[in-house]
Amino acid sequence: MKRWRWLLPLAAVPLLALLAYGFRVDPHSIPSPLVGRPAASFALTPFEGAPITLQALRGKVVVVNFWASWCNPACYEEAPVLERAWRTYQGRGVVVLGVDMQDTPEAAQTFIRRFDLTFPNAPDVGGKMAVEYGVYGVPETFFVDRAGRIRAKHVGALTDEIVRGTLEPLL
Amino acid sequence: MIADIGAGALVVALALALFGAVAAAVGARTGRPALVESAQHAALAVFALISGCLVLLVYAFLTFDFSVRYVATNTNLGTPFYYRITAVWGALEGSIVLWAFMLSVYTLIVIVRHRRNARDLYPWVLTVMLGVLAFFLLVMTVPAPVFQRLTPVPADGRGLNPLLEDSGMITHPVALYLGFTGFTVPFAFAMAALITGRVSDFWITTTRRWTIIAWYFLSLGLLIGGWWSYHVLGWGGYWAWDPVENAAFMPWLTGTAFLHSVMIQERRRMLRLWNVALVILTFSLTLFGTFLTRSGVIASVHAFTQGSIGVFFLSFLSIVVLTALALLAWRWDALAAEGELDAVVSRESAFLLNNVLLVAAAFTVFFGTVFPLLSEALRGVKVSVGMPFFNRVNLPLFLGLLFLMGVGPLIAWRRASLDNLKRNFLWPAAIGIVAAAVVFALGVRSSLAVTTLAVTAFVAGTIAVDVTRATRARTRLGEAVPRALGRLLLRHNRRYGGFVVHLGILVIALGVTGSQAWSVQTETTVRRGEHAELAGYKLRFDGLAGTEESNHFKVTGTFTIDGGRATGTVLQPAKKFYPQDSSPIAYVDYRLGLIEDLYVVLGDFARDGSQATIKVQVNRLVSWIWIGGLVLTLGAALAIAPERRRPA
Repeated sequence: MKRWRWLLPLAAVPLLALLAYGFRVDPHSIPSPLVGRPAASFALTPFEGAPITLQALRGKVVVVNFWASWCNPACYEEAPVLERAWRTYQGRGVVVLGVDMQDTPEAAQTFIRRFDLTFPNAPDVGGKMAVEYGVYGVPETFFVDRAGRIRAKHVGALTDEIVRGTLEPLL
Repeated sequence: MIADIGAGALVVALALALFGAVAAAVGARTGRPALVESAQHAALAVFALISGCLVLLVYAFLTFDFSVRYVATNTNLGTPFYYRITAVWGALEGSIVLWAFMLSVYTLIVIVRHRRNARDLYPWVLTVMLGVLAFFLLVMTVPAPVFQRLTPVPADGRGLNPLLEDSGMITHPVALYLGFTGFTVPFAFAMAALITGRVSDFWITTTRRWTIIAWYFLSLGLLIGGWWSYHVLGWGGYWAWDPVENAAFMPWLTGTAFLHSVMIQERRRMLRLWNVALVILTFSLTLFGTFLTRSGVIASVHAFTQGSIGVFFLSFLSIVVLTALALLAWRWDALAAEGELDAVVSRESAFLLNNVLLVAAAFTVFFGTVFPLLSEALRGVKVSVGMPFFNRVNLPLFLGLLFLMGVGPLIAWRRASLDNLKRNFLWPAAIGIVAAAVVFALGVRSSLAVTTLAVTAFVAGTIAVDVTRATRARTRLGEAVPRALGRLLLRHNRRYGGFVVHLGILVIALGVTGSQAWSVQTETTVRRGEHAELAGYKLRFDGLAGTEESNHFKVTGTFTIDGGRATGTVLQPAKKFYPQDSSPIAYVDYRLGLIEDLYVVLGDFARDGSQATIKVQVNRLVSWIWIGGLVLTLGAALAIAPERRRPA
């Protein structure tokens, strides 16, 4: 041991290097205590189409995105990203679901038309779902795996890279 | 004007701190007391300058001096008087000022108390303390300039982070920082011991009280943080294993380990190396905590700021860790233990195991906290480990610690005989078993809750056995029971202070167990006049009211408990809309009780007040966590008090 004692300080180096690596990382993703837990069940009635429940989506990876038409610019930036994600991944068992909160139906529908959104979007009546998912503000996105567990949460506008990086491991 | 004076004062303070650190070191090496004296004067001047800066900052806040950028970003004309003072440490720059101020206060006390009684170590202690102070002054001048000017001067400021408009925010950071900075003192003594080679037990005995003080404030800070989280954040919990909470918890764990292992060194001359390592670890973790909170490296709801400050902290952390470990390696031989472990069943090994568990807990918390970083570095995927990981891994460790809390103080030193075990643990074990049976009979089926309560009862039993026995010994000498008990506590305040602290921890454990095992909640949308029901409470929704407060708009819901328990009580949870914040802040209302709290959060609502969504929780035994905090305070005060034991 005596000879090796000088290795002691060196042992701390990898750790410090790891912390230094952290400067490269985007700190904006706020971890949620819900990550790792089963997603709260919901039953939503979309602006168009049949009602959706989480139950019925079991076996699919669900991207739950909370948005609002008044959320500018973040929601406006990510709307095309979500649409692209839906088109790319729906064949691989992914459902993108927009949840519109604290909004008026007219403004919300204008928003949906403006971005030509084809994935289901539903109003969060009474803000109940937002409370259950502990949404701080819009936009926030939850990634629910095939078993119905929340696996990731993203705060702020999504980018294609984030969507790909988060979805791929879940597929 | 204020900005310039403040910034100037900080530069001068930085120069003086650096000078003092070097002067004390040179003075010690060359044996020139005049230099040490000079360093001492520098330290006093640094204290005066930092205090002055703090006063200036408070003044700037009170007078709405928006020419100071920090004031403009953290307050506005509507910020109430009271929060304008706490806003001083509401964000990064100001909290560093508070930090440095406390460190300078500690430095001052060290000078007053130890300049005569710690001769050889003293100059080096001064060097380390001033060195650390210099670092914080550097941070205040370069990456986080608190006195930065703002031009043109805005008519109004942006306002304080609304979550920080709370009474907990006066005390929480203050207590936490007193704890964090407090560990600088034992660290400085340990470093001084390594540098001078006087690694005997002197530094340990000298810093014992300091360690307890730092530990106590850190505990208090954690508890107040829990209380803040409970009554402000509105999710009904007090601890979420958030990286920032973890950041404060890790030094607490290692600090607690240190607090216990020093007793082994004092008594048996063992664990010298280990103690130095623990104090290095604890101090490094306090720095790491700040790094974590302030660098933005690991995301968190608390992590408000980022910028170059992370680089400064990491560099300093590296210097501290590498230097300290190198010194440790250098004095390796001198740190060898004199005593030896005699038997497996002994107080030494109970304490040793306690240390192992505490450090293991600190490690798992550390691992879980940096895991997102690790996974991103190695696999390119950001994965957070959530509450389930921390709970599952730490639970057995904490249960083990709880159990050892009963064993450690009573088991014999060196080697415990069967007789000693029987004498001390027969009754407590019986109490534990009976408690388990009673709890089970009462209908508790969660094996975890039953185990925890049984262990808690066992530990309470050991405390009772010891106190009864010691009191009886005194009553035999003719003292009345209350007097005997009082004297026991005061004369052996260190031992019994420790017991009272343990009692506080037990009470906290009870609260944590209860709230985890028996809390219930529901979420529902009610129309006006309708009821929400939970666990025997019937809440009637009476309507909403909007009010314009000085700096925000507030929508308050009125709920009356109507029938069932606590009839007539009115609860008014609210939502606060701050112009500077896009999302509203929940204002929780609750009815606290010894057995259970009724806790109501207002969710979404219809604008006309016809309906509202609320989350109702009945949280059980949570109040005991805060009560445990009070008990802990009493115990710590007792343990810190000067020993009054007369030579027998």
